Amino acid sequence: MKRYADVVAVAGLDLTVNARECFGLLGPNGAGKTTTIEILEGLTAPDRGEVEILGMRWTGGASTRALRERLGIQLQDTQLADKLTVEETVRLFRSFYRAAHSVEEVLGLVGLEEKRTAWVGKLSGGQKQRLAVACALVSRPDLLFLDEPTTGLDPQSRRQLWDVVGRFRAAGGTVLLTTHYMEEAERLCDRVAIMDHGKVIALGTPRSLIASLGAEHVVEFALADGATRAPTPAELAALPGVRAVRPALDRTALTVAEVHRAVPALLGLLERRGAELSLLATHHATLEDVFVSLTGRQLRDA
Amino acid sequence: MRDHPLVQLTLARMREFYREPEAIFWVFGFPIVLAFALGIAFRNRGPGELRVAVLRGAGDSVLATALARAPGLRAAVLDSAEARLQLRTGRVALLVVPGDPVVYRYDSTRTESRLARLEADEVVQRARGRADAARVQDQRVTEPGSRYIDFLIPGLLGMNLMGSGLWGVGFSVVQARTKKLLKRFMATPMRRSHYLLSFILSRLVFLFLEVAALVGFGWWMFHVGVRGSFSAVAFITVLGALSFAGLGMLVASRARTIEAVSGLMNLVMLPMWILSGTFFSYARFPEAMQPFVKALPLTALNDALRAVMIEGSRLSELGAPLGIVTAWGVVSFVVALQIFRWR
Repeated sequence: MKRYADVVAVAGLDLTVNARECFGLLGPNGAGKTTTIEILEGLTAPDRGEVEILGMRWTGGASTRALRERLGIQLQDTQLADKLTVEETVRLFRSFYRAAHSVEEVLGLVGLEEKRTAWVGKLSGGQKQRLAVACALVSRPDLLFLDEPTTGLDPQSRRQLWDVVGRFRAAGGTVLLTTHYMEEAERLCDRVAIMDHGKVIALGTPRSLIASLGAEHVVEFALADGATRAPTPAELAALPGVRAVRPALDRTALTVAEVHRAVPALLGLLERRGAELSLLATHHATLEDVFVSLTGRQLRDA
Repeated sequence: MRDHPLVQLTLARMREFYREPEAIFWVFGFPIVLAFALGIAFRNRGPGELRVAVLRGAGDSVLATALARAPGLRAAVLDSAEARLQLRTGRVALLVVPGDPVVYRYDSTRTESRLARLEADEVVQRARGRADAARVQDQRVTEPGSRYIDFLIPGLLGMNLMGSGLWGVGFSVVQARTKKLLKRFMATPMRRSHYLLSFILSRLVFLFLEVAALVGFGWWMFHVGVRGSFSAVAFITVLGALSFAGLGMLVASRARTIEAVSGLMNLVMLPMWILSGTFFSYARFPEAMQPFVKALPLTALNDALRAVMIEGSRLSELGAPLGIVTAWGVVSFVVALQIFRWR
């Protein structure tokens, strides 16, 4: 548990991350993800509760240093020194650890060999982020912490970072990451914990969380002529294959098991009521839909 | 060896410094520019040429020629109105009215005017046949060490040690803190002592260059020498640099923003710029302020540097100022370590 003045940032989290697993903390901004990961990293002391990492605890002194030797950490808002080159930065971080990759190896891991002599200040956002991960990987960590590693990056840079994480895991590493991109969590994580207001509101594999919606598809529709002719939620819920109905301001989302049965039934119902569609879309259910069904809010603007 | 964290941290410090052209100017260029400008402005020229006016009238040209022949006097014949105006505005130091008696008009509170009167009177009296009653001989001496530039160079050295110690340490620490780099380092097994020591080490490397640049310039341009031993100067500058690095650490120990630390830094430095005798002697301040002024680290450092460079004192004679400098450094460093915000 961690409290800042009157705000309880994180309350009653009980998580276990298994070795060789990629575990994701998922949630909107302000959900308590960073506080949680920094407590685990030993950078923030919890007001209550216990943390055990690799069988050790943050007790200070030599054991803390021994634990730090085995961790790789990327923080959300670190700005590395602009006037140092990529190589100088990696070499600096490398010097803090007893066992470490060579500079060449670690730049190879993150694909920055060509930027070796470039100043950090001249790198693109994605390159800076990969350098930050390089500084985390240089210690050959057993456990890698990544706090929103791809926030603000373009899709290509994001995929490059995912590849870096993939290679680290392939080599037997354990990863704990935070993100507010559901796609990232689904792509990278074996298990995710969805957080909101400092609490874990769902925990499991991405597949099982999506399955918990009871259906694999989401059908969204909106009406051209507003609410007057809209079917009631009860009518919608009664349609074949529909598991849940979530009315929102501008559209209604249906969680659906069988699209091929639900959509014709929906169209028939709307036609009987004389309502005209302005939007109809279907997609595979995502973790985003899990979050929405649990909180009633969208992730991005929550 | 090269991969020791202390070496890598120190190298990072130094690279960040020398890749910043502004920092190079303020540490190396600025004190030299200052020394040059002040050295030229206040160079010892002696009293220079004194301008004297002779009132138009009978015998004016004879008198003016005689006066003009005297070394250090320049004479011109002027009309009454013009002569009074120039006397009133100080463009001439003395107005001589020819006749019997010869009249000297001047402001007796002005040193220049009294000097001009003496010189002019000498010319007038000799023209009428006065002879020397006693044999005299002049011996001119220019004592090195008594010029303003001799006073100034050690003061600039002290001021520079203060500035680069406070800025060099304080600015970097707070910048690392605002950029969350400090926090990132805390997430590694890096030893805190290595981080702090790296500042001290990089300061010592640049200190050597700073001192060499300023002392070298003073010697080359103005022949400001070092009377005492160079090793004594080296010892004092190292002590001063360490002390101000400690003070810089203290100033930066809590500040979260560059603005906050800049304010604090100016708060610490401004009184010392004025009070500590960098540009003029602190003896000009009232007696009641003297104990406070002398307790300031820059005052003590300047005193010690001047004692060695101008008077040729030995370190053993400088216990008091060196003790003050050391005490400031040790206390600042210890307090800074206690209250330092590591993230």
